[in-house]
Parts: sequence; structure tokens; C-alpha cells
Amino acid sequence: MQYGLKRSVRDSYVVGMVVWSEGLSGQPLPHCSTIKSAAFQPTGPLYLPSIFAKLSVLANVKGLLSHTKRFAMNKSKTKLSADDALRMFRQMVRIRTFENNANQLYLSAKMPGLTHMYSGEEAVAVGICEALLPTDKITSTHRGHGHCVAKGADFKAMFCELLGREEGYCRGKGGSMHIADQSNGNLGANAIVGGSMGIATGAALTAKLKKTGGVAVCFFGDGATAQGLMYEVMNMAALWKLPVIYACENNGYSEYTKTEEIAAGSITARAEAFGIESYQVDGQDVIAVNELSKELVERARKGEGPFFLELMTYRYHGHHVGDINREYYRAKSEEQDWRDNRDPIIRMRGWLVKNKYATEEALDELSKEVTEDAESAVAYALNAPYPDVSEVDMHVYTDVEHVLA
Amino acid sequence: MRKITLSKAVNEALVEEMRRDENVFIMGEDVAEAGTPFKVLSGLVEEFGTDRVIDTPISEPGFMGIGVGAAMTGMRPVVDLMFGDFIFLIMDQLCNQAAKTHYMSGGKLNVPLVLRTNMGATRRSAAQHSQSLHAIVAHIPGLKIAMPSSAYEAKGLLKTAIRDDNPVVIFEDKLMYQDSAEVPEEEYTIPFGEACVKREGTDITLIGTSSMVQVCEKAAEMLQAEGISAEVIDPRTIVPLDEKTLVASAKKTGRVIVVDEGHQSFGITSEIASRINEKAFYYLDAPTTRIGAMDVPIPFSPALEDITVPTPERVFEQAKKLVSGELIDAA
Repeated sequence: MQYGLKRSVRDSYVVGMVVWSEGLSGQPLPHCSTIKSAAFQPTGPLYLPSIFAKLSVLANVKGLLSHTKRFAMNKSKTKLSADDALRMFRQMVRIRTFENNANQLYLSAKMPGLTHMYSGEEAVAVGICEALLPTDKITSTHRGHGHCVAKGADFKAMFCELLGREEGYCRGKGGSMHIADQSNGNLGANAIVGGSMGIATGAALTAKLKKTGGVAVCFFGDGATAQGLMYEVMNMAALWKLPVIYACENNGYSEYTKTEEIAAGSITARAEAFGIESYQVDGQDVIAVNELSKELVERARKGEGPFFLELMTYRYHGHHVGDINREYYRAKSEEQDWRDNRDPIIRMRGWLVKNKYATEEALDELSKEVTEDAESAVAYALNAPYPDVSEVDMHVYTDVEHVLA
Repeated sequence: MRKITLSKAVNEALVEEMRRDENVFIMGEDVAEAGTPFKVLSGLVEEFGTDRVIDTPISEPGFMGIGVGAAMTGMRPVVDLMFGDFIFLIMDQLCNQAAKTHYMSGGKLNVPLVLRTNMGATRRSAAQHSQSLHAIVAHIPGLKIAMPSSAYEAKGLLKTAIRDDNPVVIFEDKLMYQDSAEVPEEEYTIPFGEACVKREGTDITLIGTSSMVQVCEKAAEMLQAEGISAEVIDPRTIVPLDEKTLVASAKKTGRVIVVDEGHQSFGITSEIASRINEKAFYYLDAPTTRIGAMDVPIPFSPALEDITVPTPERVFEQAKKLVSGELIDAA
């Protein structure tokens, strides 16, 4: 049984594209015209030139020549330990649980402002961040709670930030869209779509100049591929061989608009134009994401970067929590299909049980612990103090305590 | 004391700081072998190599963003923006990212970055290579803005900027690169937020920024010939602004003209004039007035361009009117 991904002839969401993938369940994924062909059977090595050639032909026929590599994972060779597998599962559950609580805080009007849910995309953040060291850097997005949790953040400080409390990671000055546990290498969630692409690339430049062996991962969505900054920094990253991984979370929607309405051609071809090795990955398969990430992170450390990933995923909620009535751009049946058939947590759970890494009971217990942890963090944050008003003019400059004093 | 050009002063500041701190590096368009179009950086790549003097593609938002990320992770980049006019290209990275990162992170992340760029008209470069845009970035909390008025200030302020843990924008007047001034051989820095009284006087205060300091000094000479004693003050940094020194001078002379090469409306002259009116109103004998660049795009033709910027003659005429009371009567 293999997990895979296919090249990027343009993907599934609309045009019934060929997404070659078998999920954690071992069954072909729904909503994907599955290509069944001997040529597509992974044989172990990650890069399959012969297949590649055939894919190129396929792509050529469609007028979309691409060199995107297909990542195929041979599960029998997976070196994932029980600890690692369970930690990834737990981290995904933590993200989902955090988001469910955040959504409730919004719906019950206890949270100021609004927020963007990461639910459904957990395997992307966890699969990638589990391949990183705490000293490696990431940049995150307005949909950033998942990255924050996956990079090692604590619930209490996160809920405090979400509620604008003094004990939040940013002392309540950032909120949902800037949430980050900076001590674990998170350089911040960014509320400008694509705004952090330079920052991640700059972090990679630091790693190269200082020879730290560090790697930077830039998370962004399919919508951000429309920003010019991406092309400028990918060009420089490729010229200078920077240890950066561009992780495009393609959830099929650029805010309230289908991706194919805002993105011409293939997403990965954008990076390939700069000679950047690119992959399309099933972003609902945490093991596939993690295996590929580990490989690329290690190669990036050795100076073989940059790399580009297009992670095919899905956002269960609307663009933000207030985007409730969204049938004008997305059918409920489509959402339900993803929830029922491609949920990253359900798939990983099935795999853990099937391979006897854990029992159903143990996983239930794990989920219960996480739920309790989140509930206690929410209760704590709701009662935590707001910052003193005197903080309003602090942290404008590093060397001035109160800039308006 | 020896005299060196402003260009040489900037070059020396960079060399000294790069020798002192290995985290300091330069990036921008044609900064290495070319040494920039103004040749300010000549010789640096030979000493420090291409890892520390990095030529970039013509991608201002891209290399500015990379500079921000490098600064957040332990480097001290000096980003070279070839013309101040290009600042509009990098506004997101400068104003939404660099300026706000320290605040948005609750003080946990720093952006010790210097953006070196330029300003100044009368180089016959037309509307997109002649602007003085410091007021636009001075509006954004989180940035510091330095405006050297001579080679001495250029060196001392740049060295301070590089050692600052905050994002600093330095605007050098591109017409002053070949102007010489006395610069000590010994190392020195100039603290931010400390204005320099360039000339003491009793009848009127002329506050000038960057090359407008020379304009004010020339006007002061002309005024002296008419028996009017003018004080000339250079704020040196507009963020932070040494309000105390400016207000004290206003109280002393009772009359103030603020001269700056940015467009007059909504600009630095307005800001400084307001602060003086708020803090020194009851000491004033005349309205605080402003002389900025005309509120028009900078034209190409010398016949037109030269009348858009403040001149010593205009400052002189304005000062005479303020001292004689003519301007008050006219109002």
C-alpha cells in the first residue's frame, strides 16, 4: 500500500483532475479520478524518472508541461516509531480541539474579533513541523493556530492571546492573526496574505550566512500564490540555494473564491520556473507529508534547497468563523465528503489501530485528555487579566519603555 | 580636521561596522562590484566578499522582506534602496512587517534593520527619482528616521542606526554625496533624538532637515547682513524628534520657519510647526510657518524643477517678513 501524490496537472477540486493517491485507509480517495496503472505503482525510490517521463507526456498532452515530482511513500519502509506516530496524532487532535474551542468562543461572543479555522488541514502543519527542530523557523498565516500548535505552543498562552490577555504569547497585542510561540522558532502569523514569504526566506538566508544548519518553512495558502512577492523571493532563494521550504496549503479556496478562478496553470509550475524542486502531496495524509518533509528538511540542511510543496488539503470552515452561509461558493455536500472521507485525523486513527500502534480505547483516552486540557486552558484564559492600559505604548521600540511618556 | 565627502563618510561607517560586527551585511541592487550608481559602496565587496555585500535582483519588496527575516533571526542587514522613490514598492515589508513585528509579538521579536535610501530633487531626474518621502514612513510607529545634513552626520547616524535594535530608515540627500565636511578620524556615533544647534541666534529659528540645513545656514548669512540674528537647528532624526531643543529655541526667538524638502502638505514641516504651536504658542511673536517642496510631482525641466524646492532666498524673504511683522499684517 502506498501513499502518493501525483504531479500537478492541476488538481481535483473542479476539473476532475487526476490526483493519484491512496489514503491512510488504503482505499483510493474519493473525488479523485484515480489513475491505476503499473507505471504509477511506487517502487520505493522517491523519484521515479520513468514515471516522471510518462507524467510529462501526460502533462504535455494537456499543454501543462511540468516537472513536479511525485512523492510516493512505501509504507512497509516507514520508519515511523509508535511514539512519533502517536505524537503526530495527538498534535492533530490538539489542533482540532483548539479550533473547536476557538469557534465556540467566537459563537458565544467571548472572543474579541474573529478568527480563521485550521480544522481539516491538521496533517499539513503537523506533518511538516514534526520534521523540524525547535530551532528551525516557520512563518505562519492568518489561518495560523495549527502552525502554532504544531510548532510546540501551549494551549494556555494561545487562548490567552486569542482573548487579548496579558499572558498571551504576544501579551494580547497580536491576537489570532499574529499568534506565535516565538521561543519555538515561530516568526509570527501574518495577516497580510503572502506577507511572510520574505521573512521565511530571510530566516533561511540567516541560516546560510551563519552556517547554522537551520531550515525555514514558509506556510501560505493557494491564495497567496497570486502575490508578486512570492516570485521575487523564490527567485532569490533559488539563486542563493537557501534552506527554505515553501509549503503551499492548497485548500481549494482563496477566501471566498475557488482556486481555479484565481490561479492560471499549475501551482507547482510556478516554483519549477525558478528551478525549484517541487512536489504535490496529499495534505490529508500526515505520514506522507511527514516522510516527504523529513527528506526535504534534511536535504535543505545540506544546502540542496529550496523546495516547494503543494499540499492538497481542505478547510472545513468558511474563510473565517463568521463565514457561515457559504453555499454560494461551496456546496455543503463537498464539505461533508471531505469530513467523512478524507479527514486526516480519522485516517491516522484508522492506521494507528490497524497497525497496532494503539487501541481505540487508548486513542479515546488521548482525545479526552486533550479536550480536558483545552477546556481548562479556556477557563484559565477567560479569567486571566487583560494587559494593563499602560502597556499600550510599550514594545513600539526595543529601547523605549513607553514611547508616549 | 580632515574633510571627506558624504559618500566616503557612509562608506567608512559601513566598513567600520562590518569589521566590528560580523552579523552586519549589505544587500540591494548593484551594491557589490558596481558599488551602487552613486559609487557610495565602492571597495566593500573587495574587503567583505559577496556573502556580506549581496547583489540582488531588481526585486525591492523581495529583498526588503528577506532583510526583515534575516534581521528577525540574528543578522543586522543594511538594505540598500537605490532611490527613495522606490519606497512605495516596499511599503508592506517596511510598514506592515518591519515596523510592527516588535509590537505585535509583545516585545519578543526584534527587527534590527537599516534601510539606506536617498531623497532630494534638482538632479533632473523627474518625478519618480526625485522625491523626498521621509514623512510617509515617519507616520508609521515602530520606525526610526534619520536625515543626515552633512558627511559628519551621515557617518555618525549610520553607525548608530546599525547598532540600533529597531528598524531605521536613513535618507541621504543624493545631491550631497560629493559634498565634503569635517569628519574626525576617531570613531564616533551620533545619538538619535538629539538635535544639533548649527548656529545660534536670537531673532528667529530656522529648523531645517537634511540639505535644508545648508539652505537655512545660507539664509542665516543673508539675514545677518540685514541685522537679523537667525538660529539654525538640525533635528538630525525626525523619529525620534528632539522636541525639547526645538521648542526651547522657539521660546527664545519667538519666530520659527520649518524647512524641509518633502512636499509641504501633510509633511514634516506641518508636524514640527504643530508641535511648536502646541508647546510654545504663548512665547511666539509670529505664526510658525512652513517651507516645503511644492505640492506638485517633481518636474524634469530645470526651469520648472528649481522652483519646486526651498531655496535660501525664499527662506530669507520669509524670515524678513516674520521679523518685520509683515506676514502677520497680511494675515
